Amino acid sequence: MSLSREEIDHIAALARLRLTEAEKDLYRGQLSAVLDYIAKLSEVDTTPIPPTATVLPLRTVLRPDVVRPSLPVPELLRNAPDAADDMFRVPPVLDGGAEGG
Amino acid sequence: MTLTDLTLQEAATQLTAGAMSSRELTAAHLDRIATVDPRLNAFLTVTAEQALAQAEAADAQRMAGGETPPLLGVPLAIKDVLCLQGTRTTAGSRILENFVAPYTATAVQRLLDAGAVILGKLNCDEFAMGSSTENSAYGPTRNPWDLDRVPGGSSGGSAAAVAARLALGALGTDTGGSVRQPASFCGVVGLKTSYGRVSRYGLIAYGSSLDSIGPLARTVADAALLFSQIAGHDPRDATSMPAPVPALSGWTENLSGLRVGVPREYFIDGMQPAVEQAVRAAIGHLQTLGATPIEISLPHTAYAVPVYYLIAPAEASANLARFDGVRYGPRAEADALWDVFEKTRGERFGAEVKRRIMLGTYALSAGYYDAFYGQAQKVRTLIKRDFDQAFEKVDVIACPVAPTTAFKIGTKVDDPLAMYLEDVFTLPPSLAGIPGLSVPCGNDAEGLPIGLQLLGPAFGEERVLRVGHAYEQTTDWHRATPAL
Repeated sequence: MSLSREEIDHIAALARLRLTEAEKDLYRGQLSAVLDYIAKLSEVDTTPIPPTATVLPLRTVLRPDVVRPSLPVPELLRNAPDAADDMFRVPPVLDGGAEGG
Repeated sequence: MTLTDLTLQEAATQLTAGAMSSRELTAAHLDRIATVDPRLNAFLTVTAEQALAQAEAADAQRMAGGETPPLLGVPLAIKDVLCLQGTRTTAGSRILENFVAPYTATAVQRLLDAGAVILGKLNCDEFAMGSSTENSAYGPTRNPWDLDRVPGGSSGGSAAAVAARLALGALGTDTGGSVRQPASFCGVVGLKTSYGRVSRYGLIAYGSSLDSIGPLARTVADAALLFSQIAGHDPRDATSMPAPVPALSGWTENLSGLRVGVPREYFIDGMQPAVEQAVRAAIGHLQTLGATPIEISLPHTAYAVPVYYLIAPAEASANLARFDGVRYGPRAEADALWDVFEKTRGERFGAEVKRRIMLGTYALSAGYYDAFYGQAQKVRTLIKRDFDQAFEKVDVIACPVAPTTAFKIGTKVDDPLAMYLEDVFTLPPSLAGIPGLSVPCGNDAEGLPIGLQLLGPAFGEERVLRVGHAYEQTTDWHRATPAL
């Protein structure tokens, strides 16, 4: 199967990846070839077969609902590109926002 | 004998006997890293000062007398997808180039608790995605047997470091073959643990239903010792199983009564003849030790590559959503937050990571989910059933690790599908969540190592280690040393 340029744009947008034009061309060809190969899965009759989401026996893991110390906030903010007042600081989310924060 | 030529167990014995100090042993490894690693690029970070401090503390603890932990003073190294508090942890990616881990992974902490000295962090394919370590943002690692060839991947730095005597053992991770295949390419022992056997807390996630942590070392006994230290339940990983860790001692070289499955689907057209010959000879050798080879069929083997390359990228596309320039890593500047996300990710992820995020996003997207991801999960069930049925008839399965020996750097990196097919024999066990061991079993005409893959049922590590140990102790392949 061949992915269209529009599909590549759509997938990149869903994945929040800004790609160059050259990357879009490259991935269009490479992903089309991989999807052609993957298409052989449709040969397999899986009508009565349940999906495997985990190989482990399904079980619910519980722990006591008690407050435990978490990692110190300054430690976690140390890796952030921008932080203020114990928070991660980012540019405006909505158009027209004058201040970051 | 130089100190770096000791096996892990030999070194531990000599440390216990007081024949040398951990400081001497650690300094010998740091010296060798400084001399040899500029040619290999196995280490991304060398923690020399901390290592020497840990070694001195280990020596002091031993001098103080009393009970000592099993790895006291033993220098090891860690794949750079596992967090070590206060140390740069990059996952081989530019998106984490300045990330300093705020906590330590459970598997690493258990090595530290057992007294180990950590020499540093090892190169790997970016986010463990690859089969050659060429996808590292910090340059490829080179194979100690031939510097023009890849060490395998994604734990290529781990395998190269152990083969080149830069560390007595290492931790790697295996999602689709990333411990076993580099072990095979570099002529060392590598254990892929059962899914759920070793806590993944502190491992930078790639494919969460597949990721496992396992040791690489120069002998099976060394790998078994490391395995026994890192295995076991951890409440901080809900998928880690509360299964007891078996005793790993009292092994003999007698394999009488052992049924060895030989899957016909693992000997295919197009594989390198030297690999098939070496693996068949190894199976013959197991027979001389008393084992009975039994031909078996794992009929869904051919579907493992397409199943894996849907499930793992789908999980990766979700796991890697967190790398967005907000909480860690450098940020690409832009006026609006959405642009920050897209630019940071577009600029900082490497080609293969972007390719897998795209593939996984597509497989999970509206209209394609059932045909791709849903179908892959169902075929995964069939692959797992193949193994369940096989292990009703046999105790272990013996087969090749990879269809070829180490290939030349640059020969497959532009052809993703050719690279994915390298994983044809390691993916089915990963999808089934079972343990697999790679043990050196020969060389090709160019002197490049070949690995024998031994597979066991889930949580059957003891079985594959015992068989691997019997094979190794009655052959000499693991003694070969690359000339560097």
